[in-house]
Amino acid sequence: MNTNYLPSDFLPIIVQFVLAAAFIVVTMIVTHRIGPSRKSKAKDDPFECGIEVVGNARTPISVKYFLVAILFVLFDVEVIFMYPWAVNFKKLGMLGFIEMVLFMALLLAGFYYILRKGVLKWEE
Amino acid sequence: MELTAFIIKAIIILVIFGLTLLIAMYSTYGERKVAGFIQDRLGPDRAGPWGLLQPLADAGKMFFKEDFIPAQANKWLFIAGPCLAMLTALMASAVIPFGSTLRYDGIEVAVQGVEANIGILYIFGVVSLGVYGIMVGGWASNNKFSLLGAIRAASQNISYEVAMGLSIVAILMMSESLSVGSIVAQQHGGNWNIWYQPLGFIIFLTCAFAECNRTPFDLPECETELVGGYHTEYSSMKLGFYLFAEYINMFISSAVVSALYFGGYNYPGMDWVYTQLTAAFGDIAGHNVATLLGTAVFFGKALFGVFFFMWVRWTLPRFRYDQLMNLGWKGLIPLAILNILITGIGVLFIQPSLTAFLK
Repeated sequence: MNTNYLPSDFLPIIVQFVLAAAFIVVTMIVTHRIGPSRKSKAKDDPFECGIEVVGNARTPISVKYFLVAILFVLFDVEVIFMYPWAVNFKKLGMLGFIEMVLFMALLLAGFYYILRKGVLKWEE
Repeated sequence: MELTAFIIKAIIILVIFGLTLLIAMYSTYGERKVAGFIQDRLGPDRAGPWGLLQPLADAGKMFFKEDFIPAQANKWLFIAGPCLAMLTALMASAVIPFGSTLRYDGIEVAVQGVEANIGILYIFGVVSLGVYGIMVGGWASNNKFSLLGAIRAASQNISYEVAMGLSIVAILMMSESLSVGSIVAQQHGGNWNIWYQPLGFIIFLTCAFAECNRTPFDLPECETELVGGYHTEYSSMKLGFYLFAEYINMFISSAVVSALYFGGYNYPGMDWVYTQLTAAFGDIAGHNVATLLGTAVFFGKALFGVFFFMWVRWTLPRFRYDQLMNLGWKGLIPLAILNILITGIGVLFIQPSLTAFLK
């Protein structure tokens, strides 16, 4: 199988991108042109089950979502560390496996800590 | 890359692009038919024979609807949201190997947009960009329901992405390659990864459901609480793009599942078929026919995956949000790490002793 990659080998991605972008732009323009356009004050308001709009939707949201995002950044970076290890797993052999078990033990220790801290408790 | 090879690649991409759109279109029809079958009714049957023209009628209707933008919305982001969702959905198919190789004029071209050695990372990257489409669209609508739907979607997608990444690590440990092409090539015949990775497969499938925002994880558009979720304010083809992107994502994730776990274009007895075909049609034509047969098998597997998505949708009820998060963080992530450990022990200890025993 091919092991040496030239930049030109990735040219088809550009073909796919141009195709997708062209499809999207053309569809957007066509649907904008052929549809009707009737404006009115009540219609242009944000939908709120038929009642008057109260306030703005740019409101603060539950901090839980933000914590999940932070945890995602932490854990996803650690998952990315595992990819190069996994690809070379058979070459690294026993030593590499023990090292990764240690790494995962540390990861799980952090995981246990955030669980006990109640970061993922959604009921409260 | 030579010009002929490039042109063949471009044609392959064009065909796969068209097929993806066609499959996404007919998935809407398929979903309603499957729903009808499961609930013991007919489903759409008015437009054309067996209702086969229904998707065309739906698309036509959507094109002629008003392209509505709320007054308080952030106009350009509002337009960019569905475009981004659609773009990422359409880009992901580039590295999936839909078949082995085609021979033409002395050159051999893989039935795959790009034979990239980082294929899995590419799929992962593009799929995780998909959350921007929903997040941007939901936030730009300036509607509370949309905002809640968008934040739920973002939170859910990133949570399940961690478990998904961990379940793929186990596959990589066995295949020693990030290229989807060589992962599929290693599953020659009936030697599929599902036999070695049943737990990883279940984790990956669950995460694929969550990433596609499909039932039982369709909380971002949960109509009992959030009206329409992140696409409450959308109309015409902008709404169409969101729905379309969901169906394309379903097809793409089914294709990825069949490539990673069900051997892609490999099927039991393919060597026998290959020798029969090359004997009957000659070397080059026989090879090409065998490849096309493999591609048909791949599409069969992927379409069964799409059917499975629909089957689950009309069978299971929706999760509650805390159940969803608990399953993702406290259930799937530890399970995925356990799966990595089991795979490591299996590859290092059990496999050598088994091969020694069988000798």
